[in-house]
Amino acid sequence: MDQLVIEDLHVSIAEQEIIRGLSLTVRKGEVHAIMGPNGSGKSTFAKVLAGHPDYIVTAGSVLMDGENVLDLQPDERARKGLFLAFQYPSEIPGVTIANFLRAAVQARVPEGEELEATEYYATLYKKMDLLDMDRSFTARSVNEGFSGGEKKRNEILQLAMLEPKYAVLDETDSGLDIDALKVVAHGVNSLRGPNLGVLLITHYQRLLNYIVPDHVHVMVRGRIELSGGKDLALQLEEKGYDWVKEDANEPALA
Amino acid sequence: MVKQNTTLDIERNLGNFAYPETHTHDAGIGLTEKTIHYISDVKQDPDWVREFRLNALRTFLSKPMPTHWASKDLEAIVFDKIRYYLSGGIQAKRNWEDVPEDVKRTFERLGIPEQERKFLAGVEAQFDSEAVYSNIKKAVGEQGVIFVGSAEGLKNHPEIFRKWFGKVIPTGDNKFSALNSAVFSGGSFIYVPPGVKVKHPLQAYFRINAENFGQFERTLIIADEGAELTYMEGCTAPKFNTATLHSAVVELIALKGAKIQYITVQNWSNNVFNLVTKRGLAHENAEVKWIDCNIGSRLTMKYPGVVMKGRKARGEVISIALAGDGQHQDTGAKMVHAADETTSNIISKSISIGTGRATYRGLVHVPKHLKNCKNNTECDALLINANSRTDTYPAITVRGTGNAVQHEASVSQVSAEQIFYMQQRGLTEAQAMSLSVNGFVNDLVRQFPMEYSVELKRLIELEMEGSVG
Repeated sequence: MDQLVIEDLHVSIAEQEIIRGLSLTVRKGEVHAIMGPNGSGKSTFAKVLAGHPDYIVTAGSVLMDGENVLDLQPDERARKGLFLAFQYPSEIPGVTIANFLRAAVQARVPEGEELEATEYYATLYKKMDLLDMDRSFTARSVNEGFSGGEKKRNEILQLAMLEPKYAVLDETDSGLDIDALKVVAHGVNSLRGPNLGVLLITHYQRLLNYIVPDHVHVMVRGRIELSGGKDLALQLEEKGYDWVKEDANEPALA
Repeated sequence: MVKQNTTLDIERNLGNFAYPETHTHDAGIGLTEKTIHYISDVKQDPDWVREFRLNALRTFLSKPMPTHWASKDLEAIVFDKIRYYLSGGIQAKRNWEDVPEDVKRTFERLGIPEQERKFLAGVEAQFDSEAVYSNIKKAVGEQGVIFVGSAEGLKNHPEIFRKWFGKVIPTGDNKFSALNSAVFSGGSFIYVPPGVKVKHPLQAYFRINAENFGQFERTLIIADEGAELTYMEGCTAPKFNTATLHSAVVELIALKGAKIQYITVQNWSNNVFNLVTKRGLAHENAEVKWIDCNIGSRLTMKYPGVVMKGRKARGEVISIALAGDGQHQDTGAKMVHAADETTSNIISKSISIGTGRATYRGLVHVPKHLKNCKNNTECDALLINANSRTDTYPAITVRGTGNAVQHEASVSQVSAEQIFYMQQRGLTEAQAMSLSVNGFVNDLVRQFPMEYSVELKRLIELEMEGSVG
């Protein structure tokens, strides 16, 4: 039950198939890394899990704790416990992070019940302390005029506040300097635990020095071509993706 | 994720209710000299007012509709089918206990009792044509502030009333100001003596509660030298099948060094023609500020103006317009600079939903002989759907040298990516839209008093609930 199961997923956009039979299982408590060259379909995969309307699922299933989520609206999936940290999070001018998060937390409160403001702020500040964030941060409009690092920290704060069952982090390391990367890694590591399954999508091995995954998968041309332990990431760093691509046509991979 | 709307049926929780009508005075349908005499008889108008009305009627009948630039929809108004005067025959009341039960229920839906308890300095609430409830707190009265209905104002304070009445907006200003001058009833009269600063905002709530009935309130506010006041009006109207006409005239006079802030939050039902003339006169070093929020109605045409008559006078219009499906908000501002070193500021934000249309019409006038005048105009439009529409018609005439004008305009659309981002955090599409729109107007909403901004947020939410399919 406590797992996110993707089975033989096929996804198209404008009649072009981008995900071509992807299968993957993420159990709660595990951290999986998906690596792959540019254009392999990693970000598409993340968006499809979250229910982005531009993509058409032509075959396969995504079961979250036994429930097929492909028929659900993006917000329903989110409220059931699926979180996506965006590679390029949108700006919401005029809406503060505090108010945005409050609306998001309120959306999870049973109908007819009101979120207690003092309780909400107490939780928010606790999470911010955990992530070493300055309190003035949440008074700013969501992502408006944010640096790359600030945007990613905002994503991590939301992840911390919304306490999902499964979190997909799409290229969370892209555009970050080493200090920002450490902050993000610290955030993810402090949220890691038996109640959270994590899917890290990254192009570089670098992030995996700070967030050590339980499993590493290599995605090439819309499929997972190779899976292994954390050492696989190091191997990739050394040999590059071409090594997998060459192997991709051969059957029975390790 | 932004869906097209062909049928958008906004369900309002507010304003969509009505109680049985029991009117003791009814001028009947249509408008002739007889109607005017009927109104003047019932209201026991002094002769000069009766003359004023008759004169205005002639002006109204002789003036063409402003159809050369205005919406063709105006032609849908059938003046012969409108009731021009209705009254419950109820005298203005000062105690809440004396207000009839069904009127109370209506006010309760509007949240007036709460407002009252919180910090109201005075309430002047209009139900149909007559003020049924007015309550001036001791503090305001002791300061010498007059806050009464316009009928009481012209009867009991003719020396002030007559001096300023119809001076800022003459009868012949436009067809609808003439109509209002002919049949006006209700509205507020306020006078603030020199140097008196009214701490709490004075409030009035207006309602229309009769089918085929036009509401023609007339408000006159005078802030004497160095006086300060904030006035707030909120409007909601119940839904009806046939068109309703609302045509008010509001005149503000800020004498030397005075400050008037006039705040409106309107939520008319979507069959109302809302054609309002609002203008303020700012003397030397005085300030007139209009904060105007228009939601609902079938067609709103409203361009609050400030005539800056004295040196260093200031005028400001902050406006928010929300045009729902099938609605047209034609709003803007008029800034007439008539003295040196006068400054004006216009900030307008509009939101168009579905086939809704928001038009900004602005006039800034600085004649050649003036020096060191400044105007700043910003208009931002937000489009919710692909078939939503916005237009901007700025008319800026600045002559002479040493005057500075700045005009900025932007049009943006709620992006599908933004909505997806918010949905991924668990908000429904409607909630996401609503938050996005609230964010867009947030910097302006902050200028509203607290409870108004809460009400405004709620109104926007109600509109957005209906905007996604």
